[in-house]
Amino acid sequence: MSALGKVVRAGVRRRRVQTVVMTLTTMLAVTATVLGVGLLVASHAPFDRAYAQQRGPHLAVQFDPAKATTAEVAATAHASGVTATAGPFTMLSIRPHAGDNSAGIGVGSTLAPMTIVGRADPQGPVDDLQITQGRWATGTGEIVLTSDNAPFDVGDKMTFPDVPGAPTLTVVGLARSVGKTSDAWVSPAQAAELNPSGTPAGYQMLYRFAQAGTDAEVSTDRAAILAVAPQGSAVGVASYLKLKLAAEKTSATFVPFVVAFGILSVSMSVLIISIVVSGAVTAATRRIGILKSVGFTPGQVVRAYVSQALIPGIVGTALGIVLGNVVAIPVMGEASNALGGAQTVLAPWVDVVVPAGVLLIVAVTALVPALRAGRLRTVDALVVGRTPAARRGRLVRRLLGRLPLPRPLSLGLADPFSRPVRAATIAAAVVLGTIGVTFGTGLAISLWDIQSDVNKRSPGQVVVQLNGAPAPPVPGGTTGPTKKADPATIEGLIKAQAGTRGYFSTEQTRLSVAGQAGQTDVILYQGDSSWGAYRVLNGSWFHGPGEAVAPSALLRAGGIHIGDTINLTNNGHSVPVRIVGEVFSLQQVILTDAGSLDGLDAYVLPESIQFNIDLKPGVDKQSYMDTLNVALSPYGVAAQPNGAQVSTVLVSMDSLAAMLTLMLVLVAGLGVLNTVVLDTRERAHDIGIFKALGMSPRQTIAMVLTSVAFTGLVAGAAGVPIGIFLHGYVVPVMGTAAGTTVPPADIAVYHQAVVIPLLLGGLVIAMAGALLPAGWAAKTRTAVTLRSE
Amino acid sequence: MPLIQIRDVSKKYDVGRPALVGVNLDVDAGEALAVVGRSGSGKSTLLNLIAGLDKPSTGEVTVDGVRVDKMSEKASARYRRQRIGMVFQFFNLLDDLTVLDNVLLPAQLTGVARGQARQRALELLGSLGVDSHVNDFPGTLSGGERQRVAVARSLMNRPALLLADEPTGALDSASAADVRKLLVELNRSGQTILLVTHDRGLAESTASRTIELVDGEIASDVRAGVR
Repeated sequence: MSALGKVVRAGVRRRRVQTVVMTLTTMLAVTATVLGVGLLVASHAPFDRAYAQQRGPHLAVQFDPAKATTAEVAATAHASGVTATAGPFTMLSIRPHAGDNSAGIGVGSTLAPMTIVGRADPQGPVDDLQITQGRWATGTGEIVLTSDNAPFDVGDKMTFPDVPGAPTLTVVGLARSVGKTSDAWVSPAQAAELNPSGTPAGYQMLYRFAQAGTDAEVSTDRAAILAVAPQGSAVGVASYLKLKLAAEKTSATFVPFVVAFGILSVSMSVLIISIVVSGAVTAATRRIGILKSVGFTPGQVVRAYVSQALIPGIVGTALGIVLGNVVAIPVMGEASNALGGAQTVLAPWVDVVVPAGVLLIVAVTALVPALRAGRLRTVDALVVGRTPAARRGRLVRRLLGRLPLPRPLSLGLADPFSRPVRAATIAAAVVLGTIGVTFGTGLAISLWDIQSDVNKRSPGQVVVQLNGAPAPPVPGGTTGPTKKADPATIEGLIKAQAGTRGYFSTEQTRLSVAGQAGQTDVILYQGDSSWGAYRVLNGSWFHGPGEAVAPSALLRAGGIHIGDTINLTNNGHSVPVRIVGEVFSLQQVILTDAGSLDGLDAYVLPESIQFNIDLKPGVDKQSYMDTLNVALSPYGVAAQPNGAQVSTVLVSMDSLAAMLTLMLVLVAGLGVLNTVVLDTRERAHDIGIFKALGMSPRQTIAMVLTSVAFTGLVAGAAGVPIGIFLHGYVVPVMGTAAGTTVPPADIAVYHQAVVIPLLLGGLVIAMAGALLPAGWAAKTRTAVTLRSE
Repeated sequence: MPLIQIRDVSKKYDVGRPALVGVNLDVDAGEALAVVGRSGSGKSTLLNLIAGLDKPSTGEVTVDGVRVDKMSEKASARYRRQRIGMVFQFFNLLDDLTVLDNVLLPAQLTGVARGQARQRALELLGSLGVDSHVNDFPGTLSGGERQRVAVARSLMNRPALLLADEPTGALDSASAADVRKLLVELNRSGQTILLVTHDRGLAESTASRTIELVDGEIASDVRAGVR
């Protein structure tokens, strides 16, 4: 082995702790960078990537079996521009009932009508279904549900009493269709059994086209299909662009958050690697002097020290790539949910570019101090380490020595002033870590608050749905409905029930808004709804008939302002309502008193009628429901607990934020650890003197911890406002992307109880990072440290 | 009872031959013992064992009635604070603390009130003739002055035993003579001193007794009166 090789090997072996720390730091930094870059890439056009990956259909067409045979439908595959097709599949629309299930839905409950497609294989040239749970339905008696909002889980059962033979199907799997082409899939044989007449509701044909990026292109594609299909046979044509619009709205909501974390991760990694590598080379300056004194050229010195940094750098990078890819599995899974269900995987090039970039940073950050050391005069390099630049901070040290503090603490507190550059590197790591923690914590609280606000659409502890699940058998109640459940009767029963503090009912209709295209959902309130109002962003909740409120997106889209009067129209009749408030809702609805529509004869969706009940304080919810259900049972309805709904997307985002925050904190802690290792190593001789003079292990630990405490506290105090600023910028951007104004209360989440622990967060990161080297300093044998240079 | 009792002490490091082999030694209070020997003879190892900076591989080290070889790190720190004063070849003063702050350190680590400690430090610095430098940093002092400051620091907590490791090794001849005189005066005032040196002249002029270590064993043990 050459002299240079020996020097490199000896350098790596001699400073084992530093080598291990550098390896660990590089590993975590690479892990964080892989995730950060991976997320940044994933957040770019997630829908298009996922749609292409799963070969989602650009058009899903339903043909009328009365007007087209399967052969004629299949022939449309040859239409101009078509690149791939799937189908024709038998398509049924059936209203199932709940069988035995784990979802708590009453057995026999009527479920919403379901589109069921008979399909032999989940794979295919178009709409490649992704099985998320269980398996594909291969025989009769089996059904696969869409994983989007599936009411049931694998193993649950569904019955079809309206079909001859009233078959019962077991849910054997959940599948995700990027094109959302169906609610459920069965085998072709099962589809035939569910359709004994032999005439299905339709044939489903799925197409991909060469050109389908714009509305105009999709229209051309549509026309090409219709041109070859029998006249009037295409009864439903669904373009993927509508899905794309909705998906991009969801992903756009989360892109700002993901980008913020991605940038933080990458910045943190670059910083920490720079700190670690340059610190390691700088700490070795005296050794460089020795090498030069025995004849090493400056070039050899530079090569030796860049190599010494690259060895742990390469090992750490390799480990980091492995760890990054392992951690990416759950993180990308959460990101998939957050980005609108698009399947998100780590881009392969990330595994190439990130290590190359990291190793480049390692080499460059090692090169700069190595060049400087290489140029140092040998005599100067030799005295580095023996004569530390202790002139800095002497005044502060003297002043602190006069404070009535235990001496180890005042010595530790003075340390950052003696070594300002090193303190600055600790501060930078802690600042970035604190920004991550502050931002992540605020985001989690905001998302939680937003969820709470979203849940205000159904307030109260108990709900009664007039056309919901049939009432289960109630002790003391009747068996099966014997009376008609009209809202007035049910209201009377709720009002008469002891323990009721407040209640109102809501029902939904669809009306036109004069001057606006299409129809708008309108929710009609009966009774005092003031206790269960949505979060009001501007103006006020409606006070009675003639007044209405609406969410931000609807007001913006219609150019409607608070105080404006809009006309709600049904069958040529109109009623005016005045918009009195802007409320927080992710739905496009108008909310008003039912009396506003008097005389309009609007059709109310029967299944939408619901009572929300607020209980008096101290009333036991279960007892209340039991008693009320006895009164309700003759009407075939039941009171149910109003559980708080939790969005899976929000849960995913919270999990993602938690994981990324943890990663940032770990990297920040390692940055501190490395710096303190270097510091205590350089100060080993001083520490030896202290110990020789009687400094106990506890005092030594206290001194080392105190040396980072002040820096941690200051850096934490600097990082928290930056994190708050970042949060204050990102959350409204997320809201805008979702088409709503985020309630100010959901942004102003940094209350005293949150900020104070966050301010101490910097201290905790710094102390945690310094704990190990402090322990090492305390344990090192004094005789050894006294010999240290 | 002797102030220092060493019984069958051996010390072996990971590599090489043993630094000490079966050493037995008693040192009475008020003695000034010089340990001489060539480099690698085990002098510094013996001093480290007595100071509680290291532990013997076998044998017992008792100082001022305390079993030093059985001490935990914490107890050993307390022992050094209360019973031992140390003077080193290269002074081991902290460059970023003033002379006064250096001398105050042992008392401050013990928790002595600053005012009381300051008074004692000033007395010591005055008696050693370096009181004009209390607010100076060690780097501005001569070698002899630095060693005087180091001696002042070592005496701060009124130790039962003063350990001096080559105290004149880094000094010019004038400063070395100065320190030698200082050690003699300290011993005359009753301070027990254990001096490690390879300088036989220093040993003869300072110590009341001299032992010589050869390859980790005591080769000779000579009292001044017998010399």
